Amino acid sequence: MGTVITAHGLTKRYGSATVVAGIDFAVDKGETFGLLGPNGSGKTTTILMMLGLTERSAGSVDVLGQDPMRSPLSVKRRVGYLPDSIGFYDNLTAVENLAYTARLMGIGSAERRERIAKALARVRLSDVAEKRVGTFSHGMRQRLGLAEIIMKRAEIAILDEPTSGLDPQSTADFLDLIRELRGEGVTVLLSSHLLDQVQRVCDRVALFQSGRIVLMGSVAELARKVLGAGFVVEVEAEGTDLERKLAAVPGVTAVETVAPDRYRLTADRDVRPGAARAVVVAAGSLKRLSVDEPSLEAIYARCFQPAAKEEMPDAA
Amino acid sequence: MRREGSPWQGLGAVVLKELADNLSSARMRVLEWLIVLTAFAALYGAIGQLRDTTAEDPFLLLRLFTVSRSPLPSFVAILGFLIPLMAIGLGFDTINGEYNRRTLSRILAQPIYRDALMMGKFLAGLATLAVSLTCMWLLVLGLALLFLGVPPGGEEIARSLVFLIVAIVYGGVWLALAMLLSVIFRSPATAALVALGIWLLLTLIWPMLSPAIASVIAPPDIRYEALGLPTPETLEWQQMLARLSPNNLFGEAMLAVLSPTTRALGAVFIDQLQGAILGAPLPFGQSLLIAWPQIVGLIAATIMLFVAAYIVFQRQEIRA
Repeated sequence: MGTVITAHGLTKRYGSATVVAGIDFAVDKGETFGLLGPNGSGKTTTILMMLGLTERSAGSVDVLGQDPMRSPLSVKRRVGYLPDSIGFYDNLTAVENLAYTARLMGIGSAERRERIAKALARVRLSDVAEKRVGTFSHGMRQRLGLAEIIMKRAEIAILDEPTSGLDPQSTADFLDLIRELRGEGVTVLLSSHLLDQVQRVCDRVALFQSGRIVLMGSVAELARKVLGAGFVVEVEAEGTDLERKLAAVPGVTAVETVAPDRYRLTADRDVRPGAARAVVVAAGSLKRLSVDEPSLEAIYARCFQPAAKEEMPDAA
Repeated sequence: MRREGSPWQGLGAVVLKELADNLSSARMRVLEWLIVLTAFAALYGAIGQLRDTTAEDPFLLLRLFTVSRSPLPSFVAILGFLIPLMAIGLGFDTINGEYNRRTLSRILAQPIYRDALMMGKFLAGLATLAVSLTCMWLLVLGLALLFLGVPPGGEEIARSLVFLIVAIVYGGVWLALAMLLSVIFRSPATAALVALGIWLLLTLIWPMLSPAIASVIAPPDIRYEALGLPTPETLEWQQMLARLSPNNLFGEAMLAVLSPTTRALGAVFIDQLQGAILGAPLPFGQSLLIAWPQIVGLIAATIMLFVAAYIVFQRQEIRA
């Protein structure tokens, strides 16, 4: 284990506009790190600076022990990048497209063929390997992009909005592939504004807002930080005077009647057993008992709401 | 900050891929037909003319390139028009095409520098031009053998080889210009239109405009006008201005190389001709010497335009 990417005070200015304003973060080897934030919050610029494709204005980045501005070739050799809108040469086949990349990397012809075949099999594109990419769907192109990273044997995979515009099935497939990558020890950086996906695959996330990281940590940590303490348990049960009885359950701090026979309990721990017992003791019939997992969506909404309100007058 | 690693990394891969793309593309088919048809059209006129007039010309083969019979211009004149079109056709979408296909950021995320992409694309374009022009050159030589039945001499071959090389360099100027425009403009259509606009300006309008500008800068002297002669200063300015157009440089270089009797490309005073046997051909080396400044000018223009394109490309943001 160890850190593979470190950024200190990373800044990018275009003229007077600051796109990335002094961010600090570190990514550990083998972890899946989510860059999260609205469009234009500096995620892609940060990624391009990590690859040495854009010059930074201030600060420092270290990728796999190297400075991407000073030795971009060795950084790019070990890092795979899937741009947000990936393009391939439509007149070439999938194999030819990957072969071009392999030649740019300087991989010999015998190894090239083997690596390409393996990579295409991994992303389940083997049967269309000899078809021209012009006939590929959006989802297939994204998978081909991932095949390129696999073929490169990249130690870090940087995926910029990989699932935007994909249908739910393709998205699920793609997320599975990302998980497979992680299983092989590849460090994955995933940028997205689709929260549930980030939550499904990422170990840690960084929330970007106008060029700054406003929050960073695992989803559970963020939930505690942003949403405050607590579990939210929903109880659906028929019975008399349940609200008062549920409030008496140890650990419950508040009870709210959402609808007839539906109560929302806020508690400092998982109070489902106690709530169930309370309903049964009250001779009520318990229909549903559920606990709300802390969702990134709620964190995100809470985090960006004030900012959105501030920006409202500008938009009008 | 100095960067590490070779700028040539991946150059070979880029050249091979671009060359394969160029040679298999539809525009290459068009170029090929254009070349074959022009070669035939120009030679048809020239060969007819040659049969009628000169049978004992020592440079019969070279005449093929320069003789014209109305309404067709000479082969060299046609090439002066055609080569820029070919080069613009090959170069107008080199960089912005990658950008629009969204392949640019993916390719540049591979372990190569932008230098390799730029240089590779230029070399591939130049190689494509060279292949086409060499084909045309061989076609002309072959047809000349067939129709005239006179085998070409060593000096003729040498002179026509110089013609071929200068034609490729001339193509390089326009290729570099088209690439510069393809870096500057994000839309290939805009780049192509601007390139064609510059081409029209330099080949059609500039020859008409340069005398006018010259006479403004250096007004003609009344004493020369009274004698019906052009004023030397005006003439010099006119020539200098006209030489800003690569088309003019190409024409002059070709004149010197393909017409061995050419003794100078500018105005000549009577006293400079003392002792000269008019109409006698110059040796190959001397002809080359006359054309040398023009050839160097073309090479310099190519390098300058390429460097400009390179600098603009290096500073460009590649993100979509």
